[in-house]
Amino acid sequence: MNLTEPEIMELKKSEDIVRARQRVRTCMVEKGFSLIDQTKMVTAASELARNTVDHGKGGTMSIESLEENGRTGIRLTFLDHGPGIPDIELALKDGYTTGSGLGLGLGGSKRLVNEFLIWSKPNEGTRVTVTKWR
Amino acid sequence: MDKIPILKLGDILLVTIQVDMHDRLAVTLQDDLTARIVKDRAKGVLIDISSLEMVDSFIGRMLGNIAAMSQALGAQTVVVGMRPAVAITIVELGLSMQNVRTALNVERGVEMLQRAVAKSDKGNL
Repeated sequence: MNLTEPEIMELKKSEDIVRARQRVRTCMVEKGFSLIDQTKMVTAASELARNTVDHGKGGTMSIESLEENGRTGIRLTFLDHGPGIPDIELALKDGYTTGSGLGLGLGGSKRLVNEFLIWSKPNEGTRVTVTKWR
Repeated sequence: MDKIPILKLGDILLVTIQVDMHDRLAVTLQDDLTARIVKDRAKGVLIDISSLEMVDSFIGRMLGNIAAMSQALGAQTVVVGMRPAVAITIVELGLSMQNVRTALNVERGVEMLQRAVAKSDKGNL
């Protein structure tokens, strides 16, 4: 069950990545997540927001808080209408990069969250949804 | 544009990162530091990240680049003050930081640099 209407933030410039991770930190603190969980989710958000800005040519991040079977969660959805990812399996591998990065963004952020969903279609865009449960 | 200050302490350049850096600021720091190593003939660089609440792959890469660039210019880099939650997170993220020397705090970092500088001075005689 969604507790709140998702809050949507624009991701266009590198400053937006900073704003996104600060907003995620605030939400995690509000929901009572541990410091380690906060740090993991904020780091995942930073990686995914950078993918949206750098590879997706900009997009949005939405934040929702969830309540399900007595547990509290935070869900982030990163959406862009950029070039898309032709081979998701390959993109999830550590060290695979098309840009100048380390290639840890997708695979690394998957390890930092509890649920990870990715959808992408060439020339349509990419959507990544990550959830952390308390 | 905002900049991260670089302080000179003898042979050592000291950088304390106190803001949540956006990517361009991180790149500027990298450029400024390499220029200062040459200008100040620094033999060591100490980067204090104790204020950083997270280190992602971009910041990790920047720290690795600074270590490699300073090495190429004859200076050693030590990163100090990483928070425990950050250390746990970067390991799961897959950042190895293998090429970056680290120490628990500024005091130990300075000791480490002084030893490294003394060693390299000896080697040059």
